[in-house]
Amino acid sequence: MTVLLSVEDAAVSYGAVEAVRGVALQVASGSVATIIGANGAGKTSLLSALGGLLPMRGRVIYDGHDITRLGTADRVAAGLALVTESRDLFGTMTVEDNLRLGAYTRTRAEAAQGIEEVFGRFPKLKERRTQLAGTLSGGERQMLATGRALMSRPSVLMLDEPSLGLAPLIVRDIFHIITELRNDGIGVLLVEQNARAALQTADHAYVMELGRFVMQGAAAEMMHDQRLVETYLGISGAGN
Amino acid sequence: MDSTIALFLVQDGLINGAIYALLAVCFVLLFAVTRIIFIPQGDFVAFAGLTLAALEMGVAPGSALLLVCLGVACALFDLAGLRNWPPAGWLLRRLGAYLALPLVLWLGVRDLAPMDLPVWADICLTLVIVVPMGPFTYRLAFEPMRNASILALLITSVGVHLVMMGLGLLFFGAEGYRSTPIWGGTILLGPMMIQGQSALLMVCTLVILGLLWCFFTRTLAGKALQAAAVSARGAELVGISVETAGRRAFVLAGLIAAIAGILIAPITTLYYDSGFLIGLKGFVAAIVAGFASFPGAVFSAIVLGIIEAFAAFWASAFKEVIVFGLVLPILLWRSLTNPHDEEH
Ligand SMILES: Nc1ncnc2c1ncn2[C@@H]1O[C@H](COP(=O)(O)OP(=O)(O)OP(=O)(O)O)[C@@H](O)[C@H]1O
Ligand SMILES: [Mg+2]
Repeated sequence: MTVLLSVEDAAVSYGAVEAVRGVALQVASGSVATIIGANGAGKTSLLSALGGLLPMRGRVIYDGHDITRLGTADRVAAGLALVTESRDLFGTMTVEDNLRLGAYTRTRAEAAQGIEEVFGRFPKLKERRTQLAGTLSGGERQMLATGRALMSRPSVLMLDEPSLGLAPLIVRDIFHIITELRNDGIGVLLVEQNARAALQTADHAYVMELGRFVMQGAAAEMMHDQRLVETYLGISGAGN
Repeated sequence: MDSTIALFLVQDGLINGAIYALLAVCFVLLFAVTRIIFIPQGDFVAFAGLTLAALEMGVAPGSALLLVCLGVACALFDLAGLRNWPPAGWLLRRLGAYLALPLVLWLGVRDLAPMDLPVWADICLTLVIVVPMGPFTYRLAFEPMRNASILALLITSVGVHLVMMGLGLLFFGAEGYRSTPIWGGTILLGPMMIQGQSALLMVCTLVILGLLWCFFTRTLAGKALQAAAVSARGAELVGISVETAGRRAFVLAGLIAAIAGILIAPITTLYYDSGFLIGLKGFVAAIVAGFASFPGAVFSAIVLGIIEAFAAFWASAFKEVIVFGLVLPILLWRSLTNPHDEEH
């Protein structure tokens, strides 16, 4: 396991509002790191900044290179992919076209192979290949967004709330796929409301409050932390 | 009015409509990809026509020098925007496109122009001189305005148009020119006599529209442009840089406008400022189509061309008034039936 993504002293602000302050994190290949935190803690802001969608201060090192100044498209080409909270699919295009465009930075052969892999992982998408992305259900959209990101053959995949609004059964599928990706050697950075499932899947966890990391450690140990259990695994976690 | 006149007017309208259709497609394309309502679109049509006419007369066209000026400005903008030393490959590519290409063209065209080249060579030269003006203009005026509102982009666009008019006068002079028809023959179609150039124009328009359709639905590059239009963020997230998409859209728009200019140069006398009215009608057709649909824009453009031809026959002094006046009820109707249009 080598460290692929390393973030130092990251800060994001919206005008005078500082949404993320002094955050440092690392993601290694073949591992899952998760960020959990309440609504408005700054998780989406941090992930968007790492994906190059928001300006940030600090440093982002990917695979030994400083990519802090790179735009989103260049980061994706380098192998750092992001699935946003809003999914940002191409609604008026078919599932297949969305996937094909996901491999825009890759060769034709890699794209063809990638589509087969994604259809293998998400058989539901194969059934819907000619449907317009804008007409998919919430769960299918999430699958398509993840599949599209995988098409770029990332070595680090950042997922913002992949279980948002999904039925428990599909949530289980999604976390199963995250585990598969990790076993395939991909580094996953996972932002989740569903703290229990996230901690069960992840190797390392960060807890975010008001734009800062207030706690971090091995995910398995965090499951037993009294304060964490009370705050994040209380009522909302009990259902799963 | 008898049927011969009506047929003649329809033919006239189709010719104008075809040109408007090409421009309307450019308006829709550029707006979809970059949110820019590109008013100078028509100026490129006039510049292309004047460039071709100058080459035919054996004179080096002013547009070659204009391209050098634009290229130098682009290179300066790039260098001024650098924060650290760029990779050598990037630097070479940029300077090659912005400095070497225009300079070679300008120096080359001064020697080539007096040589009485065949018409296809003149056309190719016209294209390589005029097409880069599209992406160069994008680099100069719009790339620095990333994240600007549609209104700010529109105001800039009007400003660019005014500058283009000034530069057009400076580099082409105030005189009007007409180039010789690429195909001088005539075709007899029943009672109708069609000028060869007009037929050529319509066939070329159809071919271009067909190729565009194939480009957008069949090729990855075309789908990438479409994707950038549907969701800029989504495009970035799959590795399509929005800036690259914008530049490509401008290359495409420059190419279509240049071809339109080459096609109408033998049919109407073009002046440095003729592009504006031509562009405005493409713009109107794009508006009627809600700036959203290519087939809608083409259809509106052709209807507009035909209305214009009949208006010119019945009340030629009020031709433009009738054409633009007809747009108002259509827009009103659109805004009533489709109140969310403005947001998109
Ligand atoms: N575009 C914006 N302009 C101003 N403030 C913003 C903007 N986007 C987010 N914020 C603020 O920044 C803070 C962090 O928001 P962010 O979306 O990163 O939180 P989050 O942890 O992802 O929350 P959630 O769990 O609800 O998705 C919030 O207080 C939010 O109101
Ligand atoms: Mg969020």
